Amino acid sequence: MSLLEPDLDSVVRLPRQSARRRVSDRAFLIVLIISFGLALAGLVALLWYVFDTGLPAFGPRLWRRFPSLNPAISGARSAVFGTLWVLAVTAVLAVPIGIGAAVYLEEFAPADKWYTRWIALNIQNLAGVPSIVYGILGLAFIARGPIDLGPVVLTGGIILALLVLPIVIIASREAIRAVPESLRHGSFALGATRLQTARRQVLPAAVPGIATGVILALSRAIGEAAPLIMIGAFTYVPFNPTGLDSKFTVLPIQIFDWIGRPQEGFTQLAAAACILLLVILLVMNAIAIWLRNRYEQRW
Amino acid sequence: MVNRETTDLGEADATRSLRTPAIVLTRGVETEALSNVGEADDPQTVFSVRGLDVHYGPTIAVAGIDLDIPARQITALIGPSGCGKSTFLRCFNRTNDLIPGAKVSGSVLYHGLDLYGPQIDPVEVRRRIGMVFQKPNPFPKSIYDNVAFGPRVNGQRKGLDEVVEHALTRAALWDEVKDKLKKSGLALSGGQQQRLCIARALAVNPDVVLMDEPCSALDPIATSRIEDLMVELKRDYTIVIVTHNMQQAARVSDRTAFFTAEVRDSGDRVGVLVEYDHTETIFTAPSDPRTEGYITGRFG
Repeated sequence: MSLLEPDLDSVVRLPRQSARRRVSDRAFLIVLIISFGLALAGLVALLWYVFDTGLPAFGPRLWRRFPSLNPAISGARSAVFGTLWVLAVTAVLAVPIGIGAAVYLEEFAPADKWYTRWIALNIQNLAGVPSIVYGILGLAFIARGPIDLGPVVLTGGIILALLVLPIVIIASREAIRAVPESLRHGSFALGATRLQTARRQVLPAAVPGIATGVILALSRAIGEAAPLIMIGAFTYVPFNPTGLDSKFTVLPIQIFDWIGRPQEGFTQLAAAACILLLVILLVMNAIAIWLRNRYEQRW
Repeated sequence: MVNRETTDLGEADATRSLRTPAIVLTRGVETEALSNVGEADDPQTVFSVRGLDVHYGPTIAVAGIDLDIPARQITALIGPSGCGKSTFLRCFNRTNDLIPGAKVSGSVLYHGLDLYGPQIDPVEVRRRIGMVFQKPNPFPKSIYDNVAFGPRVNGQRKGLDEVVEHALTRAALWDEVKDKLKKSGLALSGGQQQRLCIARALAVNPDVVLMDEPCSALDPIATSRIEDLMVELKRDYTIVIVTHNMQQAARVSDRTAFFTAEVRDSGDRVGVLVEYDHTETIFTAPSDPRTEGYITGRFG
């Protein structure tokens, strides 16, 4: 039968959907709804517990007061500032290196060579490595071992930078790949070199996507406790960091420490600090979404 | 054969005008090609193509092209889809180099200088030979920065305002955009975007402008403006245009090359040049039956 003569019989007599197919369709839908419900229930339960426990203790003292053995006057000022310090170091290290690696892989590396694919594949793998492994690495080589910096802000920043670097690279590569080829060709046709094209056309066009990825990567870093505990970050620090070589603690470690204590007051404080962490995360994600919507380029 | 003398004059002066007869296509080497007088060095001939093949990996896309492009005229490349005319056009400014696996063999002489010679820097080639693409592709920057981009990457810092105004005027866009130079180039209409792309190409003061179906994404009014512009520009520039639109080729071009795809024994479709002549001859008295079949609408 040629394409020009439609099979009229089958058009007129639409076959009824078989009963078996209807049942399997419905069963699949139910499985999907249950999965979604479980995920949602978990999140709601968690949030409810945190807010129910922590809200009474939530207040300015969390970022105004240093930790104390008395839960009634204890705060998390050193952890808040420690988090900011470590996050700043992480960003300073991970953002330029990550974007640079992504630009190289997308714009310069020979795409058809085995070693390029091998490197790209391993970056994907690194993104899936448990954070504790980075902690062990940091303990063995940076906090002690050959570099021997000790459990200071710089060490924590380096470890978290290593941890989020694969995420920054992957997100930046996606953003760079989304820049249409016609932009590069237009630039090359005007006699721009590969470097000029990458720096003046591709990178600015990819910045919104890259910024979104960077913020999401830093959101991951802000919630990490395990690798920092591994390198020996302290749980009780009654002072703010003053430099890269200061001892420090961060919010997740402070929360971890408070939860382990028997007094009711500390449990409340831990939950309150969780709320603070959640608020910071929400703000960061909101900035990411705002950036994406504000500067997203429609081609 | 072509006498290609390469005269090393020591340090090339990067700031000298691109419109001087001396051709600077290599880093640090200047070539006085125009002083050579020979068959292909006729100053009226800008490009002289001999035995050109283009391969994409193992498949051959275009084979055995011989063609001379005259200066300050419009040469149209026509033919059915897949006949390799765009591929051929990209050989003139070495943009095929950007496509992984593409390989060009044979010779493309530009004022007698082999564009695929070992000393040629493709970036310098593209500075002399501008290109306008099928789909308008303004940069996501202001109108001003779109036009100033070419001069800037070529190292120009001063006098950009004049360059931008001049290029936009030549592209018949100045009056429409002079009050909104800071606005994004993407905010213009399709036809304006394409004229912006032409202005952008003119801003680096090229010798040749290649156009790859520049009107195929535009409406008839915008198309006719671009066509008028092309005729206006050929006083100063050599223009090579690929078009699907035979009326367009007939309206604007001085010479027309008809390409078609031949099916080889291996099953590959290979682009070949069927006929190349004055446009009037091609459209009134073609010598090849395939040309006649195409222009009368019997195939393609």
